[in-house]
Amino acid sequence: MRLDLDLSVSHGAFSLELSLELAGGPVALVGPNGAGKTALLRLLAGAQRPDQGRVVTDEQVLVDTEAGIWTPPEARRVGYLPQGSVLFGHLRVVDNVAYGLSGPERRARAHAALATHGLAHLAQRRPRGLSGGEAQQVALVRALVTEPRLLLLDEPTASLDVAVRRHTRSALLPVLVDPTRLAVVVTHDVRDLVAWQPHIVALEGGRVVAQGELATLAVAPPTPFLAELLEPLQR
Amino acid sequence: MTRLLWTPALLLAALLVLPLVGLTAHTTPAELLAALAQPSTRAALSLTAVTSTVAVLGVIVGGTPLAWWLSRARGRRAAMVQLLVELPVVLPPAVLGVALLETFGRLGLLGPALGAVGLSLPFTPVAVVLAQGLVAAPLYVLTASAAFRAVDDDLVVVARTLGASPTRAWLTVALPTAAAGLAAGVGLAWARALGEFGATLMFAGNLPGRTQTLTLAIFQALEGDLGQARAISLLLVAVAVVLLGVIRLLGGGARR
Repeated sequence: MRLDLDLSVSHGAFSLELSLELAGGPVALVGPNGAGKTALLRLLAGAQRPDQGRVVTDEQVLVDTEAGIWTPPEARRVGYLPQGSVLFGHLRVVDNVAYGLSGPERRARAHAALATHGLAHLAQRRPRGLSGGEAQQVALVRALVTEPRLLLLDEPTASLDVAVRRHTRSALLPVLVDPTRLAVVVTHDVRDLVAWQPHIVALEGGRVVAQGELATLAVAPPTPFLAELLEPLQR
Repeated sequence: MTRLLWTPALLLAALLVLPLVGLTAHTTPAELLAALAQPSTRAALSLTAVTSTVAVLGVIVGGTPLAWWLSRARGRRAAMVQLLVELPVVLPPAVLGVALLETFGRLGLLGPALGAVGLSLPFTPVAVVLAQGLVAAPLYVLTASAAFRAVDDDLVVVARTLGASPTRAWLTVALPTAAAGLAAGVGLAWARALGEFGATLMFAGNLPGRTQTLTLAIFQALEGDLGQARAISLLLVAVAVVLLGVIRLLGGGARR
C-alpha cells in the first residue's frame, strides 16, 4: 500500500504544507503539540479538505483539488481512531463494531470479530462501563472489521495505564505491520517507536522537518525535538 | 453563611414558595375536580393540548437542524442567527403579539398574500400555534444547540469512515448522542408553549372553544369564578412540576 500526498491547508495562524511519499510498513508521526500531526490524520480521514493539493493511494485518488476530485470519508476505506474514547455511547459494544458492516450477518460478524480479538466478554456492555484500554481495543476492532486500506491512529498508547500501555503496544504491532494496509500513527512515546520500528516523519509548524528510520535518526537526531524524544536511546 | 446573607436569601425563597402555598390553601379536591369538569375548562384543556403539541412538533422539526447548524457554525453570520434566536426569549410577549399581527394580520406584511388565497390567521387556532411556537422555539433551539455542541466532531468523522453518509452519521450518531439534551429542550419548549399568554391574547384573541387556552381561561375566570382560576392554575403547576422533573432526570442522565 502506497500513499503520496502533496497538500497545503491554512487555518487562521496555522498552516500545513506537506509533501510525502509513504509506502510499506507503518509510519509514525512525531512532533511537538501543534505540529500538525492530528490535522494530517484528519485530512487523510476526510474530516477536512485541503485548500490545495493531491492525496493518492495506489488504489484511489482521495483528493485532487486541481481536478476537482474529493472522495468523502465513507468511500475512502480508512480506519480512524482519534484520541480519547470515541465509541458511540448509545450503542452496545457489539453494535459499535457492527456499525460499519452491512447485511443480515452484520451482528454475527461483529461477534466473531470481537471473539477473534479476545473481547467476546464485552459484547453486550455499554461503552460507559469500559476501561480506557477496553474502549481502545473495541474501537480498533470496529475500524478493522471494515478492512481499511489506510489505518489512522492518534496516540493509541497515550492516556492508558502503564501496564495496559505495554500490552496495547505489543498487541498493535501485527496490526501496524500488516502488509494489506498502510498504518499512520501519531505518538509521543519513544517506546512505541522501538516496538514498531516505523518509518518516522517528524513534523514541526506544519512542515516535515525530518524523516527516516529509528536507527538512523537516533544516531544523529537532526532536530532538537527529535534529540529530546530519542534521548532515552542514547544512554 | 452569615445572618447577613441568610436573611435576603430566605426572603427570596419565601417569595418563590409562598404563592404556591397560597394557591393550594383555598382549594379542596372536590372543588378542583368540579372546576376541571366544567365544559369551558375542558375545551381550554383540549385546545391547549392540541395547539401546544402541534407547536412543539413544528419547533422540533425546524429547530433540530437549525440547532445543529448553530452548534457547528462559526463567524459573524452564526452570531447573528444566534442573536435572532435568543431575541424572543427577552422580548415582552406583548411585543411578540403585535409583531405577529403586523406580519400575519389582515393588514400586516403577509396579510394581503394570505387573504388572496383565502386565509386569515388572526383569531384562529393556527394563530395560537404560531404564538406558542414563537415563544417556545428559542428555548428548544438554544438547549438543543448546547447539546449538539457537546457531541465530539470526531464521533461523526468516525461514523463517516465506517461507511455512513453524512445524513446517516447525523441520524445514527450525532442525534442519539445528544438525545437527552434534545429531550430536555422539548420539555422546556413545551412548558413555555403551555404557559403562553400575552402573544396569544393579542394575536389569537380569547375566544372560548376556539382560541381560549388554559392561561386565557384563567384570565377570564378571574372575573367570575375564582375557584375555576385556582383549579386550572393548580393543573398547570402539576404539569410544570412533571415537566421539570423529566428535564432534571434527563439532565442527570446526560451528565453521567
